[in-house]
Amino acid sequence: MTTDLDRLLLIRHFERALLDLFAKGELNGTTHTCLGQEIVPVALAPLLGPDDHVFSNHRGHGHYLARFDDPAGLLAEIMGREGAVCDGVGGSQHILREGYLSTGVQGESLPVAVGAALHLRGSGALACAYIGDGTWGEGAVYESLNLAALWGLPLLVVVEHNGIAQTTPTELAMSGTIGARCAAFGVAHTALPADDVSAIRTVLTPLVAAVRTGSPLVVEFAVNRLGPHSKGDDTRSGVSELRDWYRDMSDVTGFAEADARARDLVGSVVREVKARPLSTWGRQAVRRGA
Amino acid sequence: MRVVENLNHALHEVLAANPRAFLLGEDLLDPYGGAFKATRGLSTRFPSRVITTPISESAITGVGAGLALCGDTAIVEIMFSDFVTLAFDQIVNFAAKSVSMYGTRVPMRLIVRLPTGGGRGYGPTHSQSLQKHFIGVPGLDVYEMSPLHDNHAVFTQMIAAERPCVFFEDKVLYTKRMHEVDDLFTWDLTDGLARVHVDTPPDCVIIAPGGVTHRALAAMRRLLLEQEIVCTLLVPSRLHPLDAAPLVAVAREARSVVVAEESTAGGTWGAEVAHVLHRELWGVLRNPVALAHSADSIIPTASHLERAVLLTETTIHDTVLESLK
Ligand SMILES: Cc1ncc(C[n+]2csc(CCOP(=O)(O)OP(=O)(O)O)c2C)c(N)n1
Ligand SMILES: [Mg+2]
Repeated sequence: MTTDLDRLLLIRHFERALLDLFAKGELNGTTHTCLGQEIVPVALAPLLGPDDHVFSNHRGHGHYLARFDDPAGLLAEIMGREGAVCDGVGGSQHILREGYLSTGVQGESLPVAVGAALHLRGSGALACAYIGDGTWGEGAVYESLNLAALWGLPLLVVVEHNGIAQTTPTELAMSGTIGARCAAFGVAHTALPADDVSAIRTVLTPLVAAVRTGSPLVVEFAVNRLGPHSKGDDTRSGVSELRDWYRDMSDVTGFAEADARARDLVGSVVREVKARPLSTWGRQAVRRGA
Repeated sequence: MRVVENLNHALHEVLAANPRAFLLGEDLLDPYGGAFKATRGLSTRFPSRVITTPISESAITGVGAGLALCGDTAIVEIMFSDFVTLAFDQIVNFAAKSVSMYGTRVPMRLIVRLPTGGGRGYGPTHSQSLQKHFIGVPGLDVYEMSPLHDNHAVFTQMIAAERPCVFFEDKVLYTKRMHEVDDLFTWDLTDGLARVHVDTPPDCVIIAPGGVTHRALAAMRRLLLEQEIVCTLLVPSRLHPLDAAPLVAVAREARSVVVAEESTAGGTWGAEVAHVLHRELWGVLRNPVALAHSADSIIPTASHLERAVLLTETTIHDTVLESLK
């Protein structure tokens, strides 16, 4: 049986492996790891059902791995290998799978999530959209909150507030607070630390049940981004002093064994996926020139 | 000097020369200096006029238009040109119309800088070449960065025109060297049009924006060495409105003309250029103007898939051969 700890560790080692592959020049393009933020999707996973729609963003590997037990499919997508979730076309930040979609344009998914919530209204299912603190700069976020509240839609907005957007600290980008902004639209808002999976579930279980009946909710998690924004572009100092669940939990009984298991699992996924042939895409018969 | 340094230098010059010049964009403060480092050093030197912004492309472009409306010079950086769609209203319906729709001309010194294009595996929402969506907007000038055009001269021209401009910067150029062409060719620059050529009259004239320069040169080299086909490359700095006369003068003498760009197929800049040339040279051209561009497709992330979609040296090479048949 996969425990929450297994899942947290899987995501942690998956992300570390990506940075490692980048450093070795074995990955092309860019990728945004969720190092330090793993608890959020893992805590939410059992609160979301198969009929719910999840909208993820550029920092979405944890969102995906918490919903689907498919590290090989995700890595193949990122590496453009056979068995990739989207044939290697979308890559790290553009993934589509039943009940799951991610895209790399900030704020774009929120109106779409409102549309999905409108579709799902009355069914008991909800639309859940992950956004970062920086994405609150986009006007589409506010138009969406207004619509969701106005129309009584089952929309759950999960904010991973890591205090930074690329290199811009929140203080340079946000006036006021997320909570006050939600209040202005009459949208329920809860702020939570992201350090204890079961505490998060205890708080959110009744709130998410209310979302399903048409009361939109914004949950704001305080998280730490422990890695660079994408790869090797961190301008911060003092990152190693930030709180890390991985360090905090390392004394828990069974941690060392679970950690070794996850590391080995990711290691074998990396070896296996790297050995696969390049992905093929139906659109390959291309027409160029005229 | 690399292209990004030349661009950085131009931005320094603009801000130094005019105490009412502003630069706005995401993540452009030092030490980071912008996602592609074009703004390095600027926030340190001009802290009150180099403004890092929230992720608000529509608003910051509108803010730039507001500064320009009040007589300032505003340069707005959109981190990836893909996100300029968010600012489309401010550019097309406000900035470009303000120079004309109030009956008298309102000078607008607004430049929207747009890091553009693929080839880096950034995926479908971070790799597009959206120039074509800005072609033919009355009141809006479309420029593209080039390794043959000094950026300070281009910025001086854009500012002097007092019309809003979008300035596309092909991301693959940043790390390339300025003013460097293959030693098989010589080049010159006249009134914003760069011409790369050999001494003999060309079989084919290739017209391309700056971002395609190196791919076009590589194709020209191969054509010359392998098949003795002589090409002249013309790189205009301003893509729209297009100064057609010098293009027409060169195209008139050649057996064929190819317009090459990275845009995906359909409604391209090249189609507009071809139309102008057909109108001017109908009955003179020996072949229809041929277009080389990327496929009619989104731009995939994986490099082997991306390569199959984007305009390459080979696309240009093959299109030139086809055009001479
Ligand atoms: C519309 C748009 N503008 C800019 C970007 C470039 N960009 C990608 S992620 C990012 C920062 C996002 O910050 P935040 O929402 O706080 O999420 P985090 O990365 O911290 O998880 C930026 C500016 C983008 N992807 N989309
Ligand atoms: Mg953030």
